[in-house]
Amino acid sequence: MQSQATYNYKVVRQFAIMTVVWGIVGMLVGVIAAAQLVWPELNVHEFLHFGRLRPLHTNAVIFAFGGCALFATSYYVVQRTCHTRLFAPGLAAFTFWGWQLVIVLAAITLPLGYTSSKEYAELEWPIDILIAIVWVSYAVVFFGTIAKRKVSHIYVANWFFGGFILTVALLHIVNSAAIPVSLTSMKSYSAYAGVQDAMVQWWYGHNAVGFFLTAGFLGMMYYFVPKQADRPVYSYRLSVVHFWALIFTYMWAGPHHLHYTALPDWTQSVGMVFSLILLAPSWGGMINGVLTLSGAWHKLRTDPILKFLITSLSFYGMSTFEGPMMSIKTVNALSHYTDWTVGHVHSGALGWVAMISIGSVYFLLPRLYGKAEMYSVKLINAHFWIATIGIVLYIASMWISGVMQGLMWRATNADGTLTYSFVESVKASYPFWTIRFIGGALFLTGMFIMFYNMVKTIAGQKAYDAPVLAPAAAHA
Amino acid sequence: MDINDIRSLITVLGLVCFLAICAWAYSRHAKAGFDEAARLPLSDDDLPVRGGRQDLEGKANG
Repeated sequence: MQSQATYNYKVVRQFAIMTVVWGIVGMLVGVIAAAQLVWPELNVHEFLHFGRLRPLHTNAVIFAFGGCALFATSYYVVQRTCHTRLFAPGLAAFTFWGWQLVIVLAAITLPLGYTSSKEYAELEWPIDILIAIVWVSYAVVFFGTIAKRKVSHIYVANWFFGGFILTVALLHIVNSAAIPVSLTSMKSYSAYAGVQDAMVQWWYGHNAVGFFLTAGFLGMMYYFVPKQADRPVYSYRLSVVHFWALIFTYMWAGPHHLHYTALPDWTQSVGMVFSLILLAPSWGGMINGVLTLSGAWHKLRTDPILKFLITSLSFYGMSTFEGPMMSIKTVNALSHYTDWTVGHVHSGALGWVAMISIGSVYFLLPRLYGKAEMYSVKLINAHFWIATIGIVLYIASMWISGVMQGLMWRATNADGTLTYSFVESVKASYPFWTIRFIGGALFLTGMFIMFYNMVKTIAGQKAYDAPVLAPAAAHA
Repeated sequence: MDINDIRSLITVLGLVCFLAICAWAYSRHAKAGFDEAARLPLSDDDLPVRGGRQDLEGKANG
């Protein structure tokens, strides 16, 4: 008989399962889009055209897959580290169903061609309002739980999750400010005009990377890496400095998306300098995560979940080195608008974001169903290697084609005319686009393996809600 | 005072605030509290099986 209070695992379970489901959907759309570049005949209908599927892919992987992973892990971590049940369970359930509704609406409206044309903020105004309501509810549930915690200290992972939730609310509401053509029309126009609109968009866009795709997932890192390695984080004081350095620096980096545009030159330089400064906190955080394994390196040999977590940090280090380099104006003159950018994004998205999410979900699933581990640890290992090979193929091919495109576009003859026409660079890119398609397909295959493993882990198991434990005496 | 002076001031205050946080984080005063905080997730046994983590490790080592 259970008389003790239990943690709210239900909403964590729902989000964890949907992480895997939306991961498959979003990555499948990505693989289809990649195939359309290699075989243009696959653009069979306007609804399924590359131009409409690409935003569907980015929205699905970032907000559906990444978003569900963030909801699941933050709800789990905040309860366990605060030793209290989730605040406002009804509102928490609303965040789940509301978020799923947003995703379904995106999957309907984007192929139909409804778009605000702002990158990573394509959804039109009625959906934007729903996102804002769900997000504010998320903040209420999360900070409400922090407020009723049973320990005096707020663990560092919660600082990262909290920073991510607050900032995304601010970014979304400011950037999505728009005036609808009429109340019955899906069409709206941005509240900003000209270069201000561009700057607001990339202030949003880069902080979506910095807070949605970085701070939130660092929250995962600071909980699941120590937990899986069974070691405290390498340096807690570094984690504190890491947090505040990111908070103080990321907000300024957006202008590097607008080099050599109508944006004032000094603004571009400020964006570049702050992007370079970002290398320090990013690598500080990565080193802090990796060195958590000090004295426990042998665990990497046998534990595929730890492989996912530590490899994700390696990719985090790689892409946060590459990013500042690409923000240097002269480097950007070569890399911008080429596949190099696409390779950089996927080194971060597949290597860092997806791998840490996958590792964390493998950690969570058995615990949410009253088991010690997943149905098959061997399959986690297979997933890890297939995914890693997929990422390497993807980013290496994009680097090569990106640099090639940049060099071809800037090559001039002695008389000043262009050496290559644009379409010649397209033709030269085909082999690399084929390799990218294979890499993406491999990564997607890994997700199907994860889905199978998840179904087998859950099959026949009852949902399990762990009892709320009193904190160890030292923390109370 | 021009609005741009206030903007500059905010930037400088931001930097001072950050440096103060660094000094505090690396002060001897904060050390004990941080060591304890770092143990927070580890002192919480979240494994559903009886015997918790020991059970799992016993299995892995055996």
